[in-house]
Amino acid sequence: MTELQAGQGAQPLKVPRIDARPQRYRDVLIALAAFVLLALLPMVFGSKQLLDFVIRCAAYGLFATSLNLLVGYTGLISFGHGMFFGLGAYGFGLMMQKTGVPIPVAFVATLAMTFVVAVVIGAICVRLKEIYFAFVTLAFQMLVHSTILSWQSLTGGDQGLRGGIPRPPFLGIDLSNHLHLYITSCALLVIGLFLMRQIAQSPFGYTLRMIRDNATRASFIGIDVWRAKLTIFVLAALFAAAGGIIMALFVSGAYPEFAYWTISGEGIFINMLGGVTTFLGPMVGTVLLLILNDTVTRLTEYHGIVLGIVILFFAIGLRKGLMDFVVEWYGHRRGEGRG
Amino acid sequence: MILVDLDALASCLTSPACLVTQTTSGLIIGMLLFLVAVGLTLIFGVLKVVNFSHGAFYMFGAYFAMTAYQLTGSFALAILSGAVGTALLGLIFERAFMSRVYGRDVLMQLLVCYAFVLIFDDVVRMIWGPEFRSMGMPAAFQVPPLFIAGGVVPPYYLLLIGVALAAAVVLGLGLARSRIGKVIRAAAHNPGMVSALGINTGLIYGGVFALGGMLAGLAGALAAPVRSLTPGMGFSVLIESFIVTVIGGMGSILGALIGALLIGLIRSFGSLGFPLFTEGLMYLFMVIVLVSRPTGLFGKEVA
Repeated sequence: MTELQAGQGAQPLKVPRIDARPQRYRDVLIALAAFVLLALLPMVFGSKQLLDFVIRCAAYGLFATSLNLLVGYTGLISFGHGMFFGLGAYGFGLMMQKTGVPIPVAFVATLAMTFVVAVVIGAICVRLKEIYFAFVTLAFQMLVHSTILSWQSLTGGDQGLRGGIPRPPFLGIDLSNHLHLYITSCALLVIGLFLMRQIAQSPFGYTLRMIRDNATRASFIGIDVWRAKLTIFVLAALFAAAGGIIMALFVSGAYPEFAYWTISGEGIFINMLGGVTTFLGPMVGTVLLLILNDTVTRLTEYHGIVLGIVILFFAIGLRKGLMDFVVEWYGHRRGEGRG
Repeated sequence: MILVDLDALASCLTSPACLVTQTTSGLIIGMLLFLVAVGLTLIFGVLKVVNFSHGAFYMFGAYFAMTAYQLTGSFALAILSGAVGTALLGLIFERAFMSRVYGRDVLMQLLVCYAFVLIFDDVVRMIWGPEFRSMGMPAAFQVPPLFIAGGVVPPYYLLLIGVALAAAVVLGLGLARSRIGKVIRAAAHNPGMVSALGINTGLIYGGVFALGGMLAGLAGALAAPVRSLTPGMGFSVLIESFIVTVIGGMGSILGALIGALLIGLIRSFGSLGFPLFTEGLMYLFMVIVLVSRPTGLFGKEVA
């Protein structure tokens, strides 16, 4: 009897199947609760500034969380993720200005365009490792930025897309109404976060974690690492573009700064600030950075120095993001309580 | 609004005067880029970190040179203070901050550098103001340009190319032949063994970083008379010199030289044929090199 035959009689290994449904129900509940809370906010605090703040959080939060799918879950440090934010803003703005299609059509068309661009750029970039990947994505970001600057007839060059983006009402939603815009942004944020959460918790999400921890081993057990990386690169680009669309709707225009490398730098920084080991870390980081930015710009014109020092505090001092720190500290306390 | 102007490119390629002018302007772009990129590649080769704030040293070199020139009126002192000042800055930066993130996440290294890009730009804005500054051509070089085959070549360009070439030769020979060069190459290969042999690797790391900073500062000082100075001027140079190191291969000095010259020529001739897409040409060229040879033209397999 050979070894092969000996194996045949044995019972197949009993792998316990984890039922993912309860967790999904829980996520749906949390998402609904979050949406209801955000939607009720204008009734309690009517201040326009607060609502503006939440809309900006929605735009940057989607962008930063999608970047975390790359940085935190897959270990792909993209320094050019902001190009998709810019592409989303410009694509949507141009589509609305030039064609006058309904907003949902322009939304889907912008995502489709981002999809194509991300597949092409991703196919080139994800072959490269760590630092090469970081800088090639950065170079593509600069390419997109310089294209926007030089293609003046289409994009308005360094002035940006001006003249406002038309926002015709659809399905009873009128996005030129501030409250409607607010509710729509919140809905997009919650839906986007929910979808990204499902990606992160899916078997594919765990494949990404494995690639991050040991790409060689992952490819030995038959995972197509290149394809998995490309898939998440494209998915993350779509969510970043959605963030850009919210931003374009909010400012009713698009500016070259949306596609500049500092957006990517800020995204990385947000992830660092909030922490990359928890799903909601980047969201916390977004709120922190926006508050920090608003306060610092009000206090001093040299906000680069202040931001730089805060970054150094996190990178060299704390060595982790705020949420990482909180989670670790909480785990530590619980551990002590039990022991 | 012309995107592609191949006629202009073709008529330049057939005229010796235009060829000489464009080639020299390509050469000075290339030589300045080489000085910045070779420091970047050296730091990467030995310390295994990418100095994302390398452009700041170029910027500081230019501003130091301008201040020294305005104070003393001596161009030699201006170049010297640009180079020495940035070397000191590099040493302090490496010992105080970068040395804390060796061997850590690439993300952390990038973040520390990103923090310093923001800080250094604001420091320059604080000291020298946010507006464009210019140093002006030193008196010794305010002479009529040379005419070579009908092409215009300012004498200062020759000095610039000469200094950069001399730096390349000294660096190449020094690394290949001298004792210090051998120690540096050994430290790049196996720092643990080098330190076991009783050599202070911390000192070598600091020294290499200072050397890299000095080369970038030298480039900045040399560029100061022919470029306008502004906070943030380092960043575009950083991007271009990164493209150079990627094309040439990370850690290769010869690669940095060839890559820098190629980029310089692409920029100067590209600005004729593709006036609005010159930068795009560089990125395109980089993408082509990366797709066909991911480690660059002269790069070895990077672990």
